[in-house]
Amino acid sequence: MADISPLLPVSSSDGSSDLTGQATCRRPIKVVVSIFFGLLTVGLFAALLIRNNGSVDYVDVHENERGSLASMAFEKAENLKPVSRGLAAGVSEKSNWVFGGDLPDHPWNNSMLSWQRTAFHFQPEKNWMNDPNGPLFYKGWYHLFYQYNPNAAVWGHIVWGHAVSKDLIHWLHLPLAMAADQWYDKNGVWTGSATILHDGKIVMLYTGSTTEGVQVQNLAYPADQYDPLLVHWVKYPRNPVLVPPPGISPNDFRDPTTAWLTSEGKWRITIGSKINKTGIALVYDTKDFINYEMLDGLLHAVPGTGMWECVDFFPVSETENNGLETSINGPGVKHVVKASLDDDRHDYYAIGTYNNRNGTWIPDRPNIDVGIGLRYDYGIYYAAKTFYDQNKKRRVLWGWIGESDSEAADVKKGWASVQSIPRMILFDKKTGTHLLQWPVEEIDSLRLKGKEFNQVRIQAGSVVPLDIDSATQLDIIAEFKIDSDALEKATGSSDASFDCATSGGAAERGALGPFGLLVLADERLREQTPVYFYMTKGSNGNLKTFFCNDQSRSSKASDVDKHIYGSLVPVLRGENLSIRILVDHSIIESFGQGGRTVITSRVYPTKAIYGAAKVFLFNNATELNVTASLKIWQMNSAFIQPYPNL
Amino acid sequence: MKILIVIIFAFLVCQANAFRPILLLGNQNLIERTCKQTPFYDLCIWSLKSNPESRDASVKKLAQIMVDSLKTKATETLDLIDELLQDGLALDPEMQKALTSCAERYNVIIRGDVPEINEALKTGDYKFAAKGANDAAIEANSCEIEFPTKSPLTDMNKVVHDVSVVAASIVKIIQTKFSF
Repeated sequence: MADISPLLPVSSSDGSSDLTGQATCRRPIKVVVSIFFGLLTVGLFAALLIRNNGSVDYVDVHENERGSLASMAFEKAENLKPVSRGLAAGVSEKSNWVFGGDLPDHPWNNSMLSWQRTAFHFQPEKNWMNDPNGPLFYKGWYHLFYQYNPNAAVWGHIVWGHAVSKDLIHWLHLPLAMAADQWYDKNGVWTGSATILHDGKIVMLYTGSTTEGVQVQNLAYPADQYDPLLVHWVKYPRNPVLVPPPGISPNDFRDPTTAWLTSEGKWRITIGSKINKTGIALVYDTKDFINYEMLDGLLHAVPGTGMWECVDFFPVSETENNGLETSINGPGVKHVVKASLDDDRHDYYAIGTYNNRNGTWIPDRPNIDVGIGLRYDYGIYYAAKTFYDQNKKRRVLWGWIGESDSEAADVKKGWASVQSIPRMILFDKKTGTHLLQWPVEEIDSLRLKGKEFNQVRIQAGSVVPLDIDSATQLDIIAEFKIDSDALEKATGSSDASFDCATSGGAAERGALGPFGLLVLADERLREQTPVYFYMTKGSNGNLKTFFCNDQSRSSKASDVDKHIYGSLVPVLRGENLSIRILVDHSIIESFGQGGRTVITSRVYPTKAIYGAAKVFLFNNATELNVTASLKIWQMNSAFIQPYPNL
Repeated sequence: MKILIVIIFAFLVCQANAFRPILLLGNQNLIERTCKQTPFYDLCIWSLKSNPESRDASVKKLAQIMVDSLKTKATETLDLIDELLQDGLALDPEMQKALTSCAERYNVIIRGDVPEINEALKTGDYKFAAKGANDAAIEANSCEIEFPTKSPLTDMNKVVHDVSVVAASIVKIIQTKFSF
C-alpha cells in the first residue's frame, strides 16, 4: 500500500491560507492525479497478468475438439480391422465377422428384442431388477426378494420385489414386499438379508437410503408369520437400527448379511464398507436385532480393493457333500468371505478360517485374498448372496445377471436383468482351493428330449455341426478327451502370458486350443458364441488350462459387449475336460470342470435367433485332435408368472 | 485530502478483484487436477468453469455439473433431430430411419441415463452413475454409426459422447479415491 502521508498537504502552523499556500496546494493535486493514474495502469497490468495465468485459452477448445475427431472412438467401418491370426481353417477367417465387410444392420427390431427374454431364468414381468435379497426357505416355499424399479428399465427408485417357488425353478410373482415409504428408505430400499431365529421367526435387515441420501440399516419382519407366502412386511417403527459409525462415510455402509450365532449366544452380522482404498467388513453383535454393539476389530480388510458391497460370510464343509447352516463352526469347517467390488463390478471370494472368539477371519492363501483372487463367475455376475436351504441341506447361491447391451435396447424391450439359475455351493475337496458351483438339481426337471453324441472326433481346425432341433433353450453336458501323446509332443512355449480377455478369442489358434462348443451360432457362422478350453504348455512342460467365453463375434450389432471372458481352470490328473452349458435365449451359463470355473454371459444375436440358432463343436487348435461326447437336452419353459388368485 | 483517500481506497478495492484468482487457487487446482484425469481435458475445464457452481465444488458436485452439461447437450441434439425429422417426405428413408433411431437413443440419454446418474450420485451407489454415463457415450456413438453416408449430427454426437466420457471419468475418481 502506497504511503500517502507525503501527499498530505503540510499545513502552516498558523492555519492561514494565502496565495503562496494556494500555489503549493495545486501542484500536489497534479502529482496525486498522475501518481493515481500511474498506479491504476500498473494495477491493471498486474490484474491482466494474474488472470491470464489462471485462465484457459478458450480459443483452443474448438480446435482441439475438431482435431481429435479423427481419433475418436466412433466405430466407423473403416476403423476396425479383422481379427486375423493363424491359418484359415476350421473356424476360418471367412466366417469371422469383419465389421468392415457388412454395414451393421439396424437393430433392434421387435422380433430380435422379444427373442431375448429368457424362458427359465427368474425375471420380473417388466422393468429393471438388480441384487437378489433375503433369499430363504419357509413353510414349504422358497422366497426370493430383489432390487426392483417399478417405473423403468433402468436403475432407480429401488423397492423390493418378491416371488415364491416350491423348487427354485418355477416362480410365482407376488406383490412388492417393501416400498420406499419411510424417510429412512425414501431414496432406496436397498439390499438385505434374512435370518431365521431359533423359534422359526424371520427377521430381515436391509439398507435404506434416507431422504438425505445417507445409508442406514433397517429392520423389517413379516406382518403375519402364519402366512407361508409372507406377502406383507412390517418395518420396525423405530428404524434405523444402525447408522454409519464414526470414520465411515454415509455413502459406504450397506448390505447387511444373514446373522450367525457367536459362542456367547449373540447374533453377529457383517456390513461391507471401505476406508480410503481398503475394502473392509464391519462386525456388529446383537441380541434383538434392534440394539447393536460394533466390534473393535473388522472381520477382514484388503487394501486396494475399494468398497465392499454385498458381503457374504458362510461356512462350508471340507468333508461332507451338504451345505452348512450359517452358525456352524468347528473342525472340518472352513469359512468363505465374499465381497462384490464396486470398483470393478465383480464378485470375489476367499476360503479361510474363522475365529469365533475374536470375530476375525484369516484367508488360507493371502495371495488370493478377497478381491485379489478367485471370482464366483468370470462373466456378468454380481451382488451374489447365499442362503442355507434347510429343506435340502444345501447352501444355495443367487447372483444378479445384468444386461450388456445398450440401455436404449432395454427401454425398448421393456426390461433389464435376470437372476442366475440358483447354484449349489460346495467346497472343492479335490483342489482344496476352489468352491464348486452347480445348477440346483431341480433344473433337470425342465429337460425335455435329449440327444446323445458319442465319441465325435474333431480334427484340428474343424467345425462339426450338431443336429438338434431348436437351440435357444438347452442344457448341454460335454466331455472332451485329448490325445495325451499330443500333449507331450507339443512344444512348451512362451504362451505363459495367455489370458482369455486379452487373447484373440476362439479365432486365435494355438497348439493346444481353442476347442469347445459354438452356441447361438447361425448356419453360416456369421454370429457365434464360443465356449471353450485353451491349453498352454509352459517352457517347463507344465500344462495350464483356460476356460473362456468369446463374445467378439456373438452379434452383428455394434452396441453390445464384445469382450472375451474367462480364467484359468484347475484340471487334475486323470480328469477329462468337461463343460456344462445352460443356453436360455440371451443368457449363457457355462460351468467348467464341474463348476470350478464358471462364466455367465449375455448374448444378443441379430441372426442366430429362433430357428436359425444352431450348436457346433469346434477345434481350432493346430496340433491337437479332440474327441467329444455330449448330451444335449431341449429345456422347457419355467412358466414364471404371477401367483394366481392372490 | 479526503477525496484522495477515497480515490485511493476505491482503486485498491478495484484491484482486489485481480487477486481473487489467487484466493481461490485451491479450487482451481481441484478442477484442473480432476480434468487432468479425464481424456478430454479442455472440454472438461470449459464445461466446469463455465458453470459458476464449480467455484467451491467438491468432486461429487463437479460430476453433477458435468451431468447437467450432458443433459443440455443431449437436449440440444434431440431438438436438432426433431427439426430434421420435420422435413418428413423430403428425407430419404435411410436418413429417416437413422434419425428416428437416434431420437430414441437421445430420449434414453435424457430420460433414462441422466436421472440414473443423478440418483446414483445422490445416494452414493456410484457404479450406477458410471453405468449411466458409459451408456450415454454408447448411445451417442451408436446414433452416429446409424447413418450409412454423411451424418448430420457428427459434431453434436461427438460432444455428447465426450461429455459422457468425462462424466464417467469423474465418477471413477469419486469411486476409487477418498470418500466425499
